[in-house]
Amino acid sequence: MMLDRPQRLTLVAASKPAGKAPANAGVDDDDKARRFRDAALPHLDDVYTLARYLLRNGADAEDAVQECYLRALRHFDTYRGPAMKPWLFAILRNVCRSEFVRRSGVALTIDGRAEDDEDVVPLWQEAPLSPEANMLRQWDAETIRRLVAELPDLFREVIVLREINDLSYSEIADVVGVPIGTVMSRLARARSLLRKAWMDEEGART
Amino acid sequence: MTCAEAEIMLHALLDAELDAGHALAVETHLASCPRCEAQLQAYRELQKAMPAARLRFTAPASLRRRIEAALPAPPARVSSRRSVLKGFAMGSALSAAIAATLVVAVIRTDRDERAVGDALSAHLRSLQGEHLTDVQTSDQHTVKPWFNGKLEVAPPVVDLTAQGFRLIGGRLDYIDGRAVAAIVYRRRTHVINLFVAPAASPGRSSASIEKVQGFNIRRWDTDGLEFFAVSDIEAEELQEFGAKFEAGLREVGRT
Repeated sequence: MMLDRPQRLTLVAASKPAGKAPANAGVDDDDKARRFRDAALPHLDDVYTLARYLLRNGADAEDAVQECYLRALRHFDTYRGPAMKPWLFAILRNVCRSEFVRRSGVALTIDGRAEDDEDVVPLWQEAPLSPEANMLRQWDAETIRRLVAELPDLFREVIVLREINDLSYSEIADVVGVPIGTVMSRLARARSLLRKAWMDEEGART
Repeated sequence: MTCAEAEIMLHALLDAELDAGHALAVETHLASCPRCEAQLQAYRELQKAMPAARLRFTAPASLRRRIEAALPAPPARVSSRRSVLKGFAMGSALSAAIAATLVVAVIRTDRDERAVGDALSAHLRSLQGEHLTDVQTSDQHTVKPWFNGKLEVAPPVVDLTAQGFRLIGGRLDYIDGRAVAAIVYRRRTHVINLFVAPAASPGRSSASIEKVQGFNIRRWDTDGLEFFAVSDIEAEELQEFGAKFEAGLREVGRT
């Protein structure tokens, strides 16, 4: 999650000129605030969900979401797309990243993994030999959330963006700031890890 | 297509992200490779086993409130406050310092606080310029009908001249964005504005007095109406005024 790559979306958002407010700023502000509410508040649960998975902590997630909305409002003047939800996600991701850097002083991932670990291990760790091997135990919501939360940062975020928020690959690429090919390989890796964890969970319980 | 390529591409197939040409290439490989085909089925199962609904969190209500509070207020409220502030901009008698502190009073978010701030603003406005009364008379039977058709409510008007509070007239004013009746009394050289509005919420039984920026404000509710008496007279005197007004109102009700 904590990448050093520049983020296209938020760089656009941050390029707002620091000029003086126009004389009719009051009226504009009312209108802006209203438009912002209408556009951004409906996504609050989604933004909060992403924050919960990125930070793995409820209180931190709340703070990050609040900061995300304040930043989004500040940059709303220059918002020209993409869709509102990915835009908010990109801002949230930056908030989480700077918060992490502030806390630790280093721009590593939370897991301390180097970024390029993702391509080292072969994808398919446990080839199923029969159709029965494909059957997966149905876990309760709490267990599924935990299994997802335990994924390494880079893979966790693509799973959350894809499976929970239904973003397209190109939207994920924009939010995360990587090429679509990288999104695809991370997602493949993420699902492989998740499936393994899923089956390990079953082993751990029996 | 190699198995290594297919292992990645089958996810894009699963997510319907491939164009027709690439989808066909992957499907061709899967048809001839049971191992990759098994993987596709396995991930399809995984996807089915983790519906988004079970993974989602709901933002706590407290977070929603915090964010809404941090956003600029919705337009309706802001404009009603602004009209109050505009009233100040037009008045010249007030010092900038008073105006500045009043801004603080006016933008307190709580509805009750706002009403108090507005009542004080209206009182101060009435003391500037020539606009203390729209209808000037000491006769309660002239003041009361004057409000007919101008307001949602018929404000009670009680003559308290005998009790030392001289009725001098009435006018229309605005509190919390609504038109209200202002009934004006005089105690020696002091003006008392009594604002009468429909009660926002029932249940305030006892009267309360608070001092805001050197002015006393007495609030009470009666029969679905909300009263704000604002003046620079002492709290005890304003208390007496309120009590006599309520007593007078009960007497009017009996006759």
